[in-house]
Amino acid sequence: MSYEVLGITVLWIFLFGYLIVASIDFGAGFFSYYSTITGKRHVINNIIERYLSPVWEVTNVFLVFFFVGMVGFFPDTAYYYGTALLVPGSIAVILLAIRGSYYAFNTYGTNKNNRFYMLLYGASGLLIPASLSTVMTISEGGYIEVSDSGQVSFLFSKLLQSTYSWTVVLLALVSVLYISAMFLSYYANRANDRGAFEVVRKYALAWSAPTILSSLLVFFAIRGHNAEHYQRMTEHAWMFVVSFACFLIAVYHVWTRKRLGLSFIFVMLQFGFAFFGYGAAHLPYILYPYLTIHDNFTSEPMAIALISVFILGLLLLVPSLYLLMRLFLFDTKYVQGKRGK
Amino acid sequence: MLLSSYDPVMYSRMLTGLTLAFHIIFATIGVGIPLMIALAEWIGIKRNDEHYLLMARRWARGFVITVAVGVVTGTAIGLQLSLLWPSFMKVAGQSIALPLFMETFAFFFEAIFLGIYLYTWDRFKSRMTHFWLLVPIVIGSSASAFFITVVNAFMNAPAGITVEDGKITAISPFGAMLSPAMPTKVSHVLVTAYLTCAFVLAAISAWSLLKGRNHVYYKKALKLTMVSAFIFLISSALIGDLSGKYLAKYQPEKLAAMEWHFETTSEAPLVLGGILTEDNEVKYGLKIPFALSILAHGVPNAEVTGLNDIPEDEHPPLYIHYLFDLKMGFVAMMVLIASAFMLLLWRKRELAFSNKWILRGIILAAPLAMLTIEHGWIFSEVGRQPWILRGIMRTSEGATVSDHVDTMLWVFALLYIVLAISSVTVLTRMFRSNSAEQEIEAKGIKGGDEQ
Repeated sequence: MSYEVLGITVLWIFLFGYLIVASIDFGAGFFSYYSTITGKRHVINNIIERYLSPVWEVTNVFLVFFFVGMVGFFPDTAYYYGTALLVPGSIAVILLAIRGSYYAFNTYGTNKNNRFYMLLYGASGLLIPASLSTVMTISEGGYIEVSDSGQVSFLFSKLLQSTYSWTVVLLALVSVLYISAMFLSYYANRANDRGAFEVVRKYALAWSAPTILSSLLVFFAIRGHNAEHYQRMTEHAWMFVVSFACFLIAVYHVWTRKRLGLSFIFVMLQFGFAFFGYGAAHLPYILYPYLTIHDNFTSEPMAIALISVFILGLLLLVPSLYLLMRLFLFDTKYVQGKRGK
Repeated sequence: MLLSSYDPVMYSRMLTGLTLAFHIIFATIGVGIPLMIALAEWIGIKRNDEHYLLMARRWARGFVITVAVGVVTGTAIGLQLSLLWPSFMKVAGQSIALPLFMETFAFFFEAIFLGIYLYTWDRFKSRMTHFWLLVPIVIGSSASAFFITVVNAFMNAPAGITVEDGKITAISPFGAMLSPAMPTKVSHVLVTAYLTCAFVLAAISAWSLLKGRNHVYYKKALKLTMVSAFIFLISSALIGDLSGKYLAKYQPEKLAAMEWHFETTSEAPLVLGGILTEDNEVKYGLKIPFALSILAHGVPNAEVTGLNDIPEDEHPPLYIHYLFDLKMGFVAMMVLIASAFMLLLWRKRELAFSNKWILRGIILAAPLAMLTIEHGWIFSEVGRQPWILRGIMRTSEGATVSDHVDTMLWVFALLYIVLAISSVTVLTRMFRSNSAEQEIEAKGIKGGDEQ
């Protein structure tokens, strides 16, 4: 495997990690707010809070890791994406800032359940995936113009008018709610909290069909937008078929209320296959058609240094993450709220 | 003239400056507070004193709020680097991606263990188990300050790269981390962060004591924080002196601009205060003979490079002299306050906790320390102008050419104002509604042994 492919694979894995943990987080924020206005907050809030409190900071790091690594391995991306993304990137940063800080203000401050804070928290959780997904859209090409002198300009109105970009936004929103509800079903079940489980199970089932429908929509929208990419995606068709099978297994288990841990593993596999299938078909382009992973890849000594540091870092991170999960995800007493803080 | 037309370079500089100025308040707290929490918890366990354990708990509770703002503004500056300085990041990606990458690892490490630490206070049989969770937090927070300062040191004094015709041709990833500016910068940043946090926490205790709340808890907290502050103050003064010597050797233009030193001379005097006339003459300044030579090279007759020997288009702005003098003024006041407290603690112990003037002084020291950090950074960053990478890339070449940087500046300014107001409100409410005395009573903590 060449350094380029290794680099982009590492980054793609981290982006996938972000997709899963951030979806749980964003969706939970939305459900938390939604349950407040529908008067069901007292039923589900405990489990949401018990899960989110120890992990909310970690979520952000996956994202930072991705974009720092991206600039490290592929310095040219900073130039193209940096110039193009000023407005959508800044909007995403502002939403992340509002969300992260108001979560902490609400959870650790004295005045819990401040409705306004919760609105900020819940609403930003839906807007962030929408603004971050524009990066995916832009990577397909057609929304950036590069002049002969290398000047990059971003065609904002074209992005807003494009069907493709809106299908991606739709998919991002719907999958966030689906992933989150599927995870919360598992977590509520572990907590033996029947009331909460029944509520989040309904959310999970309600969002499953829209998820698959919007995935299909994106599939067809890519065909219209970037035929070359669509062609390569059909070459990896088996991955999307496996993804769909995983979806069926996951939903089946939630439907029958049995083996919810397994069900969530299949949710991750469902998105894993789709995400890596999409990513593999996207190669070698990082930004179609201007930037491939081979253009201006970082120098060899830097690539070796980054990969070595990455491996050393994993040796620290994996046990730490495992410890975090042991203490808060797989510790039955904690999950059931039988441990004091 | 300044803002009459849209100039992305100008606006990019303003927005980056604004984000950093706001972020370093929370970043400094993020680096220093974990160390103070660790000190308090360690003493609490070793002396079996519940007061210190409560101190660690209360500090940690407030710390979470500041961490949240620190994390989100840190994410903001991380992304803004690429959004506002795309050409610079392209070069930086080739040369200093390694420390940037390591910084996120350190941050990751800290985030994981902070989550664990906060939710496991009463979970382990041995109190020491919970204490050990702080070690990765302290290491992680200091290491992220370390690595990000390494990046900044590289911008001040690039090393480990070969430059031909303004293009970087060969890179040694680890060599780039060992720039000559690195040792002094990193140690100065770390120690002053610890110092500032010690003063901030001291100010909180001093405030309560001044309000007449005489519980021994506050006295213990004040003693712990002020003794730490005094030690950090001495170390930061020593490192500050080394920074001067570093500047003389590697960035003479910065030293010359900050001291208004125009002619290259030996036995150079140091100018304190004063104003600069249109034709670069220093008026009303207090000249201390030989001091600049001593500051720069350690001997009174050493030669110090003057600004006239440096091409005019590479001069840093001369107003950094005022910033530097202001900063040193703040430092002098902090030294005075900390020494007075130490003297009282040594000679007239009770006065150290009750004298209104010393308590007021300590309350003043906290914002002074924070202002010193801000001034130090602004001075250091502006003093590097016109370079973004000294000797390689000018700031104007690194900035974005995008539209809308001006709009983003206003939007972010609004965001920071809102975040500042909310975090201060939440923090004050948090501690007002649940004072240490109330908590001591509620928890049934016995003791109150004399200091």
